[in-house]
Amino acid sequence: MLCQNCGKYEATTHVKRIVNGETAEAHLCSDCAAALGYTDVFGGFTNTFSDLLGSFFGEPAVSALSSRTVRCEKCGNTFNDIVNSGKLGCADCYRTFYDKLLPSIQRIHGKTRHEGKTPKAVKVEADSPQNKIIRLEKELKDAVERQDFEKAAQLRDEIKAVKESGKNE
Amino acid sequence: MSKWYIGVGEQSDIVVSTRIRLARNIADYPFPNKLNTKSRTQLNNLIRDAVMKNNEFSLKFIEMKTLTRFEAASMAERHIISPEFASSADGRALMLSPDEDISIMLNEEDHIRVQVMKPGFALDEAYELADKIDDSLNADFNFAFDSRIGYLTQCPTNLGTGMRASVMLHLPALTMTGRIHRLINTVSKLGLTFRGAFGEGTAAVGDMYQLSNQITLGISEESAIKNLKAITLQLCAQERSAREELLGDSNAEDSIYRAYGMLKWARLLSSKELMENLSLVRLGSVTGKINVPIETINELMISMQPASINVMAGKRLDERERDIIRAKTVREKLG
Ligand SMILES: [Zn+2]
Ligand SMILES: [Zn+2]
Repeated sequence: MLCQNCGKYEATTHVKRIVNGETAEAHLCSDCAAALGYTDVFGGFTNTFSDLLGSFFGEPAVSALSSRTVRCEKCGNTFNDIVNSGKLGCADCYRTFYDKLLPSIQRIHGKTRHEGKTPKAVKVEADSPQNKIIRLEKELKDAVERQDFEKAAQLRDEIKAVKESGKNE
Repeated sequence: MSKWYIGVGEQSDIVVSTRIRLARNIADYPFPNKLNTKSRTQLNNLIRDAVMKNNEFSLKFIEMKTLTRFEAASMAERHIISPEFASSADGRALMLSPDEDISIMLNEEDHIRVQVMKPGFALDEAYELADKIDDSLNADFNFAFDSRIGYLTQCPTNLGTGMRASVMLHLPALTMTGRIHRLINTVSKLGLTFRGAFGEGTAAVGDMYQLSNQITLGISEESAIKNLKAITLQLCAQERSAREELLGDSNAEDSIYRAYGMLKWARLLSSKELMENLSLVRLGSVTGKINVPIETINELMISMQPASINVMAGKRLDERERDIIRAKTVREKLG
């Protein structure tokens, strides 16, 4: 059976619910299920998923096409791997699948924004140029995301400087 | 050196102990589930070398594969490590302080699980120490962190602060009066987890309960601890008033003395019997009816579990043999 949302992939998630006295069934591929909030990746289905069912039988809410084969570059996980194991493979999984994970994170914590302790970046002299570039690039990405362009420009300069100093050695 | 759990702290008529756990992962390494034994072992050694440089907390490094199954299980019984951590030694290591109040599990679900335990109600003290250990690890390692969702952990249930703060509560009066069920419901709605502290499932063996923060994202360490403190104090107040009512009743008094008699004279004591009777004796002790030091009760509660008795005996005993040793040890301790 094909996914009722995108009509492109095999439906692997099947949900059933009584709507106004009638049984409504939904058959979704894993990507659409996650995007629509039907999969609680961590701890099975919760009753909150049914809240979204009302809007379900309309237009496809998301296109799963583009994200189908995305893998975490670091550990090789696909989103399906995470759904099946209930485990993230590495920190980069969070960056790669951030948008798809967010509904589950929201459901678990009720919030999606960290508050509290922030770690210190380890002192620069202990950093190899390569690690330093990795770290700076991450910070750059974060800066761009929160639209802190001043910080982003400064980070770009720093990255350039580190790369150039590496060439001279 | 005397172990942390023998001590007595604040509110210890009800709050047996306090625990803080922090989950951390080292940036640029996949989480333990994506590392093979060799890589996990290398990572353990890397952390060991960094910590042992000045060994501020006098930790001992233990590769889990060097322990017997019973030694590992006994550590889980004493809450030094998680049952999950005890279940496999593969690529895992532990760093432990001499009085066992600090334990750092390496390659449990996350690369690093810092745990600090203190007797009684000591959330601030325990967090302060855990925070210090975290800082000292952070001086050598970059942690996996995202400015939006905080410390990154293998399971998203620990995202954010990665902090689990908990207190172990002895609530015999709320249990006996049946009020505990309503309280469990209420407290669960306040973003806290409230369940039995020993054994599986929801039954609270020995009337011991664990209360901890459930949510780690979007709430600072400070706020989470503040919440936990406030609810703990409310539960303590409720337990104390239930105790007052209960102790005016001669049936309750009779149960306490019967339990004391059972522990003083029994020749066979199962784990469950010990915990049930110890709960009543603890109640008798903190209300001044029975003269048994609370330290003795805490120690028996922790050290008379099955795997710990096996370790004490130096071999695997069957249940009956353990029941004999348990009864004998308890008789001697209660004099
Ligand atoms: Zn689909
Ligand atoms: Zn990954």
